[in-house]
Amino acid sequence: MKYAARRILALFITMILVSFLAFAAFHIISGDPARAILGMNATEKQLEMMRHELGLDKPFLVQYFNWLLGFFSGNLGISYSYRQPVASLIIPKLKVTLVMVLISFVIIVILSLPLGLRAAQKSGSRFEWIGTTINQLCMAVPAFFLSILVSYVFGIILKVFTPGDFPKMERDLFGAIRYLFFAAVCIAIPRIAMAVRMLKSTLIEEMEKDYVRTAISRGNDRVEVLKKHVMKNSLVPTITFLGQTMAEIVGGSIVVEQVFGIPGMGRFLVASISNRDYPVVEALVVILAFWVILSGTVADLINQKIDPRLKLGGRA
Amino acid sequence: MLEVRDLHVKFHNRDREAVAGVSFTLKDGEILGLVGESGSGKSVTAMSIAGLLPRKKCDYRGDVLVDGEDMLHANRALLRKVQGNKIGVVFQEPMSAMDPLMKVGRQVEEVLDIHTDLSPEERKKRAIQALEDVELPDPEEVYNKYPHELSGGMLQRSMIAAAIVARPSLLLLDEPTTALDVTIQAQILELLKKLNRKHGMSMLFISHNLNVVRKLCKRVAVMQRGVIVEEGSTRNVFFNPQHPYTQHLIECIPARVKVIARKHAEEEAEETGQMQPAEGGQTVSADSGNAASADSGQTGGDRNG
Amino acid sequence: MMKKKLNRYLIAGCIITGIIVLWILVGHFYTPYPPTKMSSAKLQAPSAAHLFGTDKFGRDIFSRVMQGSGTTLMIAALTILIGAGVGTVVGAVTGYFGGIVDEVLMRLNDALTAFPSILLALVIISILGPGKYNVIIALGIVFVPSYARMMRTAFAAQRDVNYIISARLMGASNLRILLIHMLPNTLHVLLPALTIGFNNAVLAEASMSFLGIGVTPPDVSMGYMLSEAQGMFRSAPWYALSVGGVIALLVFGVSLIGEGLQIMNKEVD
Repeated sequence: MKYAARRILALFITMILVSFLAFAAFHIISGDPARAILGMNATEKQLEMMRHELGLDKPFLVQYFNWLLGFFSGNLGISYSYRQPVASLIIPKLKVTLVMVLISFVIIVILSLPLGLRAAQKSGSRFEWIGTTINQLCMAVPAFFLSILVSYVFGIILKVFTPGDFPKMERDLFGAIRYLFFAAVCIAIPRIAMAVRMLKSTLIEEMEKDYVRTAISRGNDRVEVLKKHVMKNSLVPTITFLGQTMAEIVGGSIVVEQVFGIPGMGRFLVASISNRDYPVVEALVVILAFWVILSGTVADLINQKIDPRLKLGGRA
Repeated sequence: MLEVRDLHVKFHNRDREAVAGVSFTLKDGEILGLVGESGSGKSVTAMSIAGLLPRKKCDYRGDVLVDGEDMLHANRALLRKVQGNKIGVVFQEPMSAMDPLMKVGRQVEEVLDIHTDLSPEERKKRAIQALEDVELPDPEEVYNKYPHELSGGMLQRSMIAAAIVARPSLLLLDEPTTALDVTIQAQILELLKKLNRKHGMSMLFISHNLNVVRKLCKRVAVMQRGVIVEEGSTRNVFFNPQHPYTQHLIECIPARVKVIARKHAEEEAEETGQMQPAEGGQTVSADSGNAASADSGQTGGDRNG
Repeated sequence: MMKKKLNRYLIAGCIITGIIVLWILVGHFYTPYPPTKMSSAKLQAPSAAHLFGTDKFGRDIFSRVMQGSGTTLMIAALTILIGAGVGTVVGAVTGYFGGIVDEVLMRLNDALTAFPSILLALVIISILGPGKYNVIIALGIVFVPSYARMMRTAFAAQRDVNYIISARLMGASNLRILLIHMLPNTLHVLLPALTIGFNNAVLAEASMSFLGIGVTPPDVSMGYMLSEAQGMFRSAPWYALSVGGVIALLVFGVSLIGEGLQIMNKEVD
């Protein structure tokens, strides 16, 4: 319990630090938000009023504090290009991305665990290099190239979905999920290859440890040792990897959304960067960073349940 | 009980045989010491007896009979019946030899889970009994601890408990005290002696340290480069080494320790009253050359037999 | 037997990478057609005259890929040079000296790694603006933290090793110890990490240019071409296939080298 409390405290401190870094960075680069909103023709008086309205005449730390309070109460500022609250703009897009990322995550977990076990089993066989080569190839194919191929084959030739015509989630949830599924596969494939590689080396490493020999000396066969001892011991690096995966696939979704024409967070982010719509970029950056930190913390908390040694603060 | 006949083991990635024709026997209730430096083949011999040889990675021949079962060529099903049940093994590093994520008690009773139909409650009772047998102060508490929560000595006691919980007739001890500090080492040796007396368990004690072996074993075999170069009663081998390699091993023992050892031997001889004539030769505190000639016949005889 | 296996990955990787790099280098001086020259031979499927076919402006795709890969290769190489170079310096200083500098830099490192790498690069680009040199700077900065962390571990592990202590006792300067005694012993960690980093850089550059916030015309890179190719995928699928294929082959070759190096390290252990 103490460990969990410490970990969650660390989570908040990192979040504050990260949000401060982001706020400071955008404070410096965004120039004069009042002018960005009102345009070049605004009078000095209008600008003054806008600055006052946005709280830009207050000291920097007060501004940061207000922004942080706003952030946690759902007020993310006003978009420059849409003149609308950022929150109402990005929430529907976050939903789409979240669904896609979750589908992708499930695919990764379901496929990589059995494949990793199998790869470890077949290690040392004459055909090991075939598996390794396929694995390396899957890691080498860029996600967007894969996306182009998949959207062509399944969208245009097989017509399983219509590329560029993403159904609204509220109206056609099943259609939306089917559409997202293909994108999720493209995000998943390179990551599955990495997971298999990681699992294979972890399992092989564990199988060579002394406690495996002890277990066999008690009469266990290799499958029993795997089930009773090795799996659990391999779980910690696996969970850590899955935590990183949760974070990484959000980054990967940016490009894939672009190819599939999915109105998600990544596409909106790229558009906002091109438009220099800093409030949107800032909000998305901080949300993404929180997501990354949160994934890591959740992984650590789960690991600490599995491995009691971590409670001692070996890695905090 | 245990009979090893002309055992050869050669690993594929090595040029030399790890074990090159080893033969010895171990009688019921006996403790045999197997001494040699690392790479002498003593551990590989033990692994062959326990059925732990990586068979795909080596060539092997000979016989290893444990209560008549051939462990060297046994299939997995037979090995499973013998491992843990008839043979218990204790390894060198208790910390790495235990699963770090499983409570000590569960590891102690794992053997029972595999070999018996006992209910979980009965298994737990037996495990706690075993933890008590190895003289752990608070068996119930140790049962619920993770390995990292125990000291090296306590862990090694737990490992011994796990090895003896199913009352095997043979205990293989592969450098069980090497990783421990000297006082703990002495305690573990005492414990093993007691277990041997109490349960009549045969033990094969493997160590690179002749002095440790001396404290526990009546009989000792010295291995070098995959063969047994000398075998006999510990006293004879220790005070009267025949083979240059054994002599070299004994030279490495500090003189102070040798004096103590000699005293122990005398005391023991007085207690048991055995082998009076040979003892007489030794107690006269004549130089070891004298004693050597007196004992040489016996050592040689042992070796041939 | 193990030795043979190790060479298989390493040799295959070196051959694949070598051929592609050679091809790209040649493309720097000679291409069958001028890469930007339009012609009336539009949307032609691959043939002897146009090995990878032509696009909708009649440009020869083979020549375009040859030249565009060069941009990607250069960006990736310079990115790694910055990332690994700065990372090694930071790692050496923090790992060897420790103390307060170590603490501060590592905390900053933690905060930076909280941002997904592509996101960080996008944000930096949004500040600097697009263009190939800005891409190099952005990706270089993004790559520093992971190298710094890794090299810090590699240097810290050697700090109290006997030969370092004896070198110090003999009066070797810190710089000499770091460069001559420690750096060579970090190579077994650094080399495989360089191959992985190179691949990540290739993929990151391609992603950014694909998204339209990477290199800008007149420069042409793999990612830029892929976004072009996506637009004409129905009429000229060979465009996307040849660009994607070359990227995949390059990354594949380099990652085989990395795999080979790692297996070699394990053998030595």
